This record gives sequence, C-alpha cells and structure tokens, in this order.
Amino acid sequence: MKGHRRALGRFLSVLTIILAILIFFPIFWMILTSFKSEADAFTFPPPLLFHPTLDQYEVALGQSGYFHYLLNTVIITSLSTLIAILLGVPAAYKLAYYPTKRSNFTLMWVMSTRMLPAVGVIVPLYIIFKVLHWFDSYHGLIVLYTAINLPLVIWMMRSFLQDLPYETIEASRIDGATLWQELMLVMLPMAVPGLVSTVLLCLIFTWNEFFIAFNLTITKVPPLTVYIVGFKTSEGLFWAKMSAAATVSALPVIIAGWVAQRQMVRGLTAGAIK
Amino acid sequence: MSDVRSERSAHPWLLRPAIVYLIVLTQTPVLLTLYYSLTNWNFLRPDRPARFIGLQNYLDFILARDTGRIMLNTVVFSVAVVVLSLVIGMCLALLLSREFRGRNLARTLIITPFLIMPTVSAVMWKNMLFNPAFGLISSTLAALGGPRIDWINQHAMGSLVVIVTWEWTPFMMLILLSGLQSLQKEHLEAAQIDGAGPLATFRSIIVPHLGRYIEIGVLLETLFVLNIFGEIFTTTTGGPANYTTTLTFNIYLEAFKRWNVGRASAYAVIAVIFANIITLLFLRILRRQGGNGEVA
Repeated sequence: MKGHRRALGRFLSVLTIILAILIFFPIFWMILTSFKSEADAFTFPPPLLFHPTLDQYEVALGQSGYFHYLLNTVIITSLSTLIAILLGVPAAYKLAYYPTKRSNFTLMWVMSTRMLPAVGVIVPLYIIFKVLHWFDSYHGLIVLYTAINLPLVIWMMRSFLQDLPYETIEASRIDGATLWQELMLVMLPMAVPGLVSTVLLCLIFTWNEFFIAFNLTITKVPPLTVYIVGFKTSEGLFWAKMSAAATVSALPVIIAGWVAQRQMVRGLTAGAIK
Repeated sequence: MSDVRSERSAHPWLLRPAIVYLIVLTQTPVLLTLYYSLTNWNFLRPDRPARFIGLQNYLDFILARDTGRIMLNTVVFSVAVVVLSLVIGMCLALLLSREFRGRNLARTLIITPFLIMPTVSAVMWKNMLFNPAFGLISSTLAALGGPRIDWINQHAMGSLVVIVTWEWTPFMMLILLSGLQSLQKEHLEAAQIDGAGPLATFRSIIVPHLGRYIEIGVLLETLFVLNIFGEIFTTTTGGPANYTTTLTFNIYLEAFKRWNVGRASAYAVIAVIFANIITLLFLRILRRQGGNGEVA
C-alpha cells in the first residue's frame, strides 16, 4: 500500500513537470529560434545542433528603431506607475486606517472603474485627444495608464496595509507622530514588500497594454506592443529576427512576474484572494 | 482600536485626489460615449452635421444582419476560453498543491504564458506554431503523414481559443491554487480517515471549499476575455468574413475602420452594460466577505 502510494506520488510529480514543460514550450521555442540564423529557423525537422548566433538581436535591436519603441514603453510604463503610486498609496492608507461609512462604497466604486472596458471609452478619448493635441503623446498615454493602475494600487495597498501590525502605528501616534511621520517613517518601511509587488503588477499591466496604445498613437510614442504587431504580416520570412525582438520585449515583464508571483493573485483579484 | 480610528476619521485629502482623478478619467468618457450613441455622427460624412437620432443606433444593432453572428462569436469565444482554462487550471492547481521537488520551477514555467506580452504570444503562435508551410505543428503533423492544416484560416475561432486559453489558464490556476492552499490539511485527513476516496474527497470537500474561488476566477476572467483585442487583431483580424469578430473587435471596426462614431458608441454602451453586470456579481462576492476584501 505504502509503496504503491509513493509510486503514484512520483508519477504525479513527473507528470506535473512534463505538463509545465509542455506549457512553457512555445516560449522556449521562441527563445531558441532567436539564437538561430533565418535558414536554421525554417529547417524542418529542426536541427538539434545549430550554430548559435546573436546576429538576430543585432538586426532586431539595431535596424528597426527598436530602441525608439523600448524607450516609449519605459517612459510611459514607469511614469504612469509612479503617479498611480503617489495618488493611490495615500488613498489606500486612508481607506485602511481611517475608514468612514462611505469607505466601502468608495472601494467598490474604485473597483468598478478598473472593470470598465477600454472599448467603452475609446471613442470619446480619441476625440478628446485629437482636440487637446494629446493624440500620439507621452502625457496622453501616461494620464490614461495612471487611471488604469490607480484602482489596482488602491486595492492592493489597502489589502497589504491592513495586514500590518496596527499597534505599531497606534503607538507612534500616541508618541505624537504627525500624519506625515506616521506615513513615511512608520508605515512605509513595513509596507515595502507590498509596495514592490504592487509596482511590479502595475508595470506588467501597462507594459503589456495594447488596445489603447494602438488606437491613440501613430509614430511618435507607440510602445513595444504596437511594434511587435508589425511582425503579424511578415508571413514567416523573419522568424529569427521576430523571435529576438519578441524575446527582448517580453523578458522584463516575465522576470517581474516571476519575482512577484506570490503576490500576483492578490493583485489580480483586487485583494479578494491572498 | 476603533475609537482611535473614528476619532481621526478625517484626512479626506488623502483620498480625494485619487477619486477626482478616477471620476474625470473614467466617468466623463462614459457619459460622452452615452451621448455620442444617440447621434448619427460619422467622421466620413463631414458634410452632414451630427444630429440627435434617439435610439436609432441601438435599433440598428438589434436589427443588423451580423449582430447575431457577432454576439454568438463573443459568447462562444469567452465561454470556450473560460471553461477550458477552468478545467485545465483546476487539474494544474491540484497537481501543484502537492509538495514535491521542482514544484516552484513547475509553477514558474506554468505562469509564464500569462506574463508574456499578448501581442508577442499572438505573433509567435500565428507564425511559428500555426503557419501551414513552416509552423511547428503543421510540419510535425505532415512529417507524421497527417494533412497540412492552415489553422488560422481554416479553424480561426479554434486557433484563437487555443492561444487565449494558453494565456489565461495560469490566471485560473493561480486563483484555484491559493484556494487549495487555504484548505485545512485536517479536513482532508479527516476525510481520508473516514475512508473517502480521492473522487469523493474532491466532490465533497475540495469543490465546496473552492466555490468562491471558482466564482471569482470565472467572473474576472470572463471580464478580461471579453475585452480581448490584440490577439484577434494580430491573428485573424476578425475574419474570415466576420467569424472571429467579437463585440469588442466590432466596436474597433465600427469606430476606427468605418469611422461611425454614433454606432460605435452605441455598441460600446452595450459592452459597458455587460461588463457592469459581471462587475456587480463580483462586487456582491466582495461584499459578502464584509468588504474586508478577503475570502474567509
């Protein structure tokens, strides 16, 4: 009986790992292809041994204005995350420690703004942006992405703040700390792990956003998501180059997600699940 | 503790900037969408000033020939993706809830499709896996003597469902996994002592416990999947004909291909109403938890 169970356990472990490898395989395949020459990328059956090369990265990064798109993504993503944190953390703090009768409603409403589909507002946004000359501009996208990140920051940070030992904050208050001191010296250091996860989740969402970026930019500030779609009609001519560009575009977020994976559920479900 | 809180329940300016920001950025455009939806504004007809036409756009939506097709696509697409990722996600969560060497690595590999840029997933699947001439799946099938299938063109909806399920299964898996991990070991052991087999344990203990997690996962994923645009744009562009055009994709076509502001706005209002219904269901779950934002 016992030996039987152990064999079953081992079988399930091996099965899990095989499934994980299968699920990951397309990404592995893409990364592998990015180190091939275009000729090797199209050979079937795929050569088990090929001469790895960094040529594709040189081409993808050097010639197609890749850095223009990368720079756009970095600027838009980081600034919108920063502003959302600056606006959202105080709000989360207030909702966590100084709730009023309306706080619950406020939280629910904040959540509902996060659930608003982008297609529901894209037409007026397009028109407003045209009128204000915000179309295809950094500030335009940053303002919108801040609005997308803000509910996430409020919900996640509130959820993290509620887990902090309230007694410590109370004690600092009795010692006569001002609100500013309480926030910056007592609360913030304790909240750093939660803050890091929140920032990472914001970065992931804005880095990967496509719909708004695609419809509200043309040439000046389109981010990487828009750049990558340029490969959709290449009808299989530049797979290795495409793989190299796709790999470097996706990699920062993959790493951010790996780091934040333990907190990801909380962020994705608005703190409903920890 | 509570009196300390109520004593200083002030500090409204901590919250107010964020709320004002969200009101301006989200409620204003929704109201404008609602307003446009009652007009016949069309960018391609600058000669014809926009006029108030009441509910005509909504009537057009109900009567239009392709409305049935589009709504069917939307339902088929989202239900297929959500059900598949629930079933696969549940299996993966059950497998990952055991402790074994390599478990962290397995989980990390499995969540990666969710992290990757959706447009990257789409070009990668479209070209390197689904391409009929050189794609890995077609070439492997052909090498085994099977037919060469042009997946994206011949099975557009199926291909799309495969790609999006691959992306969204990790989401469901992560939610169910935290549900399983919150399940008390004693319950499971008690069931085993009582002689319950694995299936009985799953039905009578695991599923009821996971109920709320399943609800939350299904509602949120439905909401996200309804909004999917990049994958459709990159792989099928809504085609062939309109066989993969969902409500979301149709709003894009109506707004930025046909430049029909009025009609696109009417469709957008309908999309917002659907999203609000799902959101309300989700908020009800949150409220059931007493607004603490935690599953008990």
